[in-house]
Order: sequence, then structure tokens, then C-alpha cells
Amino acid sequence: MKTWIKSLAALAALGGSLLAAHPAAAQQAGTQFMGILGYRVGPYGANGAAFFTGMIDYLNLVNERDGGINGVKLSWEECETEYNNAKGVECYERLKTRTATGPTAIHPMSTGITYGLIDKAPVDKVPLITLGYGRTDATDGRVFPWVFPILSNYWDGATGIVKFIDDREQGSLKGKKIVLLYHDSAYGKEPHPVLEAEAAKHGFELRMIPVPHPGNEQQSQWLQIRQYKPDWVILWGWGVMSATALSTAQKVGYPRDRMVGIWWAGSEIDTEAAGPAAEGYYAASLNLAGKDFPVVRDVEKFVYARNKGGDPRLVGTVLWNRGLAAAMFTVEAVRTAQGKYGKKPMNGEQARWGIENLNIDQKRLDQLGFGSMVPPLKLSCADHGGSGLVRFQKWEGGKWKAASDWMSGDRALIRKMVEESADKYAKEKNITPGCMKG
Amino acid sequence: MFYREAGQYKTSYGADQALLPIRQDRHGFALLMAIAALGVPLFANDYWLTAILIPFLVFSLAALGLNILTGYAGQLSLGTAAFMAVGAVAAYNFELRVPGMPVLVSFLLGGLTAAAVGVIFGLPSLRIKGFYLAVATLAAQFFIPWLITKVGWFSNHSASGVITAQPIEILGVAFNTPLRKYLLVLAIVALLALLAKNLVRSRIGRAWMAVRDMDVAAEVIGIRILRTKLTAFAVSSFYCGMAGALYAYAYLGSVEPDGFNLDLSFRILFMIIVGGVGSILGSFLGAAFITLMPILLEVALTQANAAFNLNLGPGVTSMAQLLVFGGLIIFFLIVEPHGLARLWQIAKEKLRLWPFPH
Repeated sequence: MKTWIKSLAALAALGGSLLAAHPAAAQQAGTQFMGILGYRVGPYGANGAAFFTGMIDYLNLVNERDGGINGVKLSWEECETEYNNAKGVECYERLKTRTATGPTAIHPMSTGITYGLIDKAPVDKVPLITLGYGRTDATDGRVFPWVFPILSNYWDGATGIVKFIDDREQGSLKGKKIVLLYHDSAYGKEPHPVLEAEAAKHGFELRMIPVPHPGNEQQSQWLQIRQYKPDWVILWGWGVMSATALSTAQKVGYPRDRMVGIWWAGSEIDTEAAGPAAEGYYAASLNLAGKDFPVVRDVEKFVYARNKGGDPRLVGTVLWNRGLAAAMFTVEAVRTAQGKYGKKPMNGEQARWGIENLNIDQKRLDQLGFGSMVPPLKLSCADHGGSGLVRFQKWEGGKWKAASDWMSGDRALIRKMVEESADKYAKEKNITPGCMKG
Repeated sequence: MFYREAGQYKTSYGADQALLPIRQDRHGFALLMAIAALGVPLFANDYWLTAILIPFLVFSLAALGLNILTGYAGQLSLGTAAFMAVGAVAAYNFELRVPGMPVLVSFLLGGLTAAAVGVIFGLPSLRIKGFYLAVATLAAQFFIPWLITKVGWFSNHSASGVITAQPIEILGVAFNTPLRKYLLVLAIVALLALLAKNLVRSRIGRAWMAVRDMDVAAEVIGIRILRTKLTAFAVSSFYCGMAGALYAYAYLGSVEPDGFNLDLSFRILFMIIVGGVGSILGSFLGAAFITLMPILLEVALTQANAAFNLNLGPGVTSMAQLLVFGGLIIFFLIVEPHGLARLWQIAKEKLRLWPFPH
């Protein structure tokens, strides 16, 4: 009898703490609050940890070095999504009403969560920034005013990879066999239509092989690949799947220098986990790795030296640098919005205007200390995407080495497909395409 | 003392067979429903409605469906999420392809489609039992999401296989705010739970339990095994299908077939194990435990982190939450292997005797 009373009491105590749930770290009034949907556990946790550490390190840098954005300090709260769509939606609901100004802009860092939030964002007036992932046709800002797939989207990535392979094959892909080995989720399916269009255009044979979540078992997929004998394998992996693909490829004897990964399968986390099996592997990239940028030195000086940093081992890795850049774009969007609405915390609508009117040219990138880490970015209502540039790198001797310059895929094909797809969405949802004012 | 039925005389068979024969239960239940329907809208904010109460109700409905099959009819199933997927996708397609289709009818048809699919996958249950049947339902779990992804027609040829639920409108009222969605889900779940409660007390429910307890004996007394098992599969899948439709329309808004994976099936199975196998109340308690406890732990840990200045990184709190959650499940299963519903029953008995136990 005593036991159940005790357990009931424990339950009641826990229940009480939930009812009294106030914002965990009381957000100071007058700060620019950022809601962060992060993940650091599970099969994608290592990748997420690198990205979100970079993001938070940059927010710390802005507070420590500049005292905020034009004097408006930044505050933030991270909520663990485990890369799970339902948990992502729960986190989003939790963070969206934390402060009067909302979560500024959300980086869902998951194509699945992005899809879950696309319909909620316009209602709640929360902009979504999907840097190098998410729904590709959202590039058409007239149909998706609240979604920003900035830098490059998956179709840029896919056509960029085809072009890269085309260059290796001396400009002819006719009769070649290419396999897309993809993560069986919204993320992995995103490049299908554009790759099919590319296959028809260039005359190569395309076979698409799914790997179920989380992808740590790929024996049967690689047996299929061995039988099919493709000329190239495009690896569309994330988390533990990418490293497993590389080591399984070694096991079945498929050459790694005939494998090209998308940018999410091209971080040190993937190649180091695969060990020597990763030698010679190519991957697309959105940003350069390394510590050789003024902004990274600033982070070390103002954040890590003051004991506010996340994890010194991650500094300068591909995903950490990408997190840094993602935070920079949000901060610059707020700065842009402040230019129009005044130096105070921006709400979702104002931040949205700031993102849509972002114009970060090379000069501004140099001022910010990013140099050539990311390409310049200029957005407009019609184009929520940006340059679409992608760069290839090769894993050699324990380091990523550049294998190409910044290049772009088949932009004309992509724009046509984006507009078709966005129009279809607009019809389904009864949206009249148009630009938002203010 | 608080819970004593002394002095409550039943003078008719109707009163004796009532769903809630004891007055305190009736009052308690009426109070609970009043709080859910009237009190919650007054006090709950959007976060509570969309992130806690709606998923809780939706998962309760799915757990109820599985409980009918596993708890009452004794057929172990690992295909719950797949039947939810059928419900969601079928409702989406009825709504999309039939002009002017009322959304509630779409939900119902989604549930019925799931029931039909459930019957097909239930057919092997006549020959195979126990864990072997679980493996047969596992086939549904892998086949259905694969089929939905493979055949583009199901998701209206969406590039990434994601279906986006259409807006809900019933008799000219748009259910577009969290509060309205909550009330809609509450109404549907309450109605279906009431139906389930009556169903398990009826002839068909007793037949399920007879088959569960000993199928040979049930056959000897004249229960048709095939029909009984298949109705269990049909009713269970109908509930799961409705839950799937609500999951897509009222909770997430857009779902990918991949979301209805084995993890979700296991989660729902854990709900009924923790809540109580073979109990309607248990489905609700289990769903509450499995959906709310992780959120509660995360909030509690973040608060503890802030209050005591532990300076733990976000990664550490996430890991700790998983550890504590796993520990709690084991704790509850050791304290009461029959689930939270049994705990509640014991509590009622104790309250009846308190403060003068024999």
C-alpha cells in the first residue's frame, strides 16, 4: 500500500512542476529571443550537435563582442527534437510564444520538420530559414512568403552533382549508370524529380535505392549496387547512414572516388567515423571548413577564451562553420529589419521582411569576417533561395580538400520546375501568389 | 470513506448494468468531461492545446484501437502505425478526389478503409498465434508505408511523399484554431471511447475475451473464431485509422509515410502495456504517460538546470531525459505489472476502506 502512495505522490510532484512550467531561463525583456529546434541525441545527434554548437557560439559572439545587434542583446532557448517530426512540432509550439516577439526565425534543420511547419508558419507569423535543405519549391517566395531555403537547395545540389560527374566523364553521360542511394524520408526523396529530369536530359540510367532510417545496415543495398555496377553513386545520407555507406562500399569493393555525397553527407563526422574507407570520397559543400577565417578567430577570442563556448573540438568543422553561417544570416536579417523598423527586438513579421531583403555581398562578408566561407547572398520576393552555388571537396589524408571552384547546377531547369511545383501547391492550398508588403 | 456506495440501491436491471454504477464515479466522470470541454478552453494556451492535449487524445484513440485487438481479443499486433497511415492517407484522398466531401465523412471513410485493410492483414490470425502473429502484422507495418511511398497516386505525386492535410470545415465552421481542433478531437475521441466501452460489454466484446482466454473453449461453446477475430481486427483498425486521420488533420497538418514507422507502433504498444492491457481507461493513462512524461521531464530538467546552475549542456539534459524516462517505465512495471489502470483500481479500493481497513 505504501508503494503506490509513494508513486502517486512522485507523479503528483512531477505534475506540479509541469503545471508551474515557466520559461526555463527567464527571458529578459528587451532582448531578441531566438527559438532553436536542436538535436543532440539519436542517430543524427553528432551532426546536430556540431551545427547547433556553431549557431550558439555565433550568438554568444554577437553578445560578447558587439553587445548584441545595435545594442539589442540576444537570448535563446534550445529544445531537443531528436530529428523527430512530432517532437519538432511540440518544440515549435513551446518556443513560439516564449516572448512577445516570437522565436525570430526557426532553423528546423530537418526536411521532415520543415514540412510539418510550412503550414503553421504563415498562421503564427514565424519565418523558417532552411539553409541547404527543406522544401525546394519554397524558393518561390510568392507562394511561400514565410519559407527561405537560402544559399542552395537540394535541386541545386542534385544538378550540381550531375554537372560535377559530367565534368569527370568528359562531358558525356550518355549510357552511364548512376545510383542514388538515399535516406528514406522526405529529405532523401526531395531530389527525385530533378534527377529524373536530368536523366532524361543527359541520357543516363538512374536507379534510386532507399535506405531505411537510421541507415546503419546497408548490406542488401550495396549488394544491389555491386550487381548493377554503376559508374557513380550519389550518396544522399545523413547521420550514421553516411559513414555506414562508406564502410560498406569498401567492404563490397566499390571505389570511393566514384561516390559523390550531398553536403549533409560531407562532414568530418561522416568521414572520420568511416576511417580509411572514406579516402578519396567526394562531397558537395555549401561552405568551407577550417579555422582560417577572422570570424572563427573572434569566436575563439571572445567566446571560448571567456569560457562561454560549446565544444572546442567542433570549432572549424564543416557543420560547425555551417551553424555559424546560419546564425549569421539570422542576425543580419534582424539587423536589416532594424534599419527599417528601429533598434528594438524584431517580431516575426519584421524579421521576415529583414530576411527577404537580405543583401550580403562579398564586401559585407569580409567585414563580418566570413570571407570566402560562404558565397554572397541576395534575396528577393521572387527568389527566396540565393546563389545556388555549390563547391566540391575530396577527403584525402584526413582532410577535406577543394576539388572544384564554386559552381552552379542547371538553374534554368530548376527555376522552371520550382514554379510548376509551387503553382501546384498554390492551387491545392488556394493561395494567390504575390509579394507581401512591409 | 470518500468512495463508498453504501445506501445506493439499484432497483432496476438498467441501473445495475449502467456504465458507471456508482454515484461517485458518475459525478467524477461528469466533472472530468466538464473540465475537458469547458474548463480547458478557458485556461489552456495554444502550446497546451496543440503540443500536449491534441496528441494525447489522438494517441489515446490509437492505443484504444490496439487495446481492443491486443487487450480484449488477445491478438498481438505490431502494425498499429501502418493502420494509422492507411486512415490518414485514405482520408486525404477522399477529401482530395471527391468534390464537396464533408471532412467528417472523410475521416469515417478513412477509418473504414483502415478496417478493410486490417481485416486482410488479420486473416492469418486464424492460423498463427502469439508472437508469430506479431510477425505477420509486422508485414503490414513494412508493406503499407512502402506502398504509399511507392505509388505516387496516394500522396498526389508530392515530390517528397508528404501529404498535407486540407483545412477542416464542418457545416461552414472552419476548425482552424488550436481550440477548435481540440474540441473536435475531444468530441470524436469521447464518442468513440464510449462506443468502445459499450462494445466490450456486449456480446461481441465477450466473444473477444472468450477467444483471448481460451480459443478452443470459446469454439466449443459456439463462438465463431474467424468472425470474432476478424471483427476485432476490423474494429481495432477502424480506431487506428480514425486516430491516423486525426493525427494528420488535427495534430501535425502534414505527414510523411515514413513518420508511421515501427517506432510509432512500438510506442503505442508501450502505451497499452504501461497503461493496462485490456482496459479502456488504461489506454488513456498509458497515452498520457508516454506522451506527457518526456515533455514533463525535459521541462523539469531544464528548470533544475537553470535553478541550481548545474551548467549542463543541452545534450546532457536530452540524454538524462531518456535515461530517467526508461527508468520510470521499468519502475512502474515492477510496482504494478498490470499497468496504471490497475493502480487506479487499487487506489479506489483503498479509498473505499480508508480510514478503517480490516
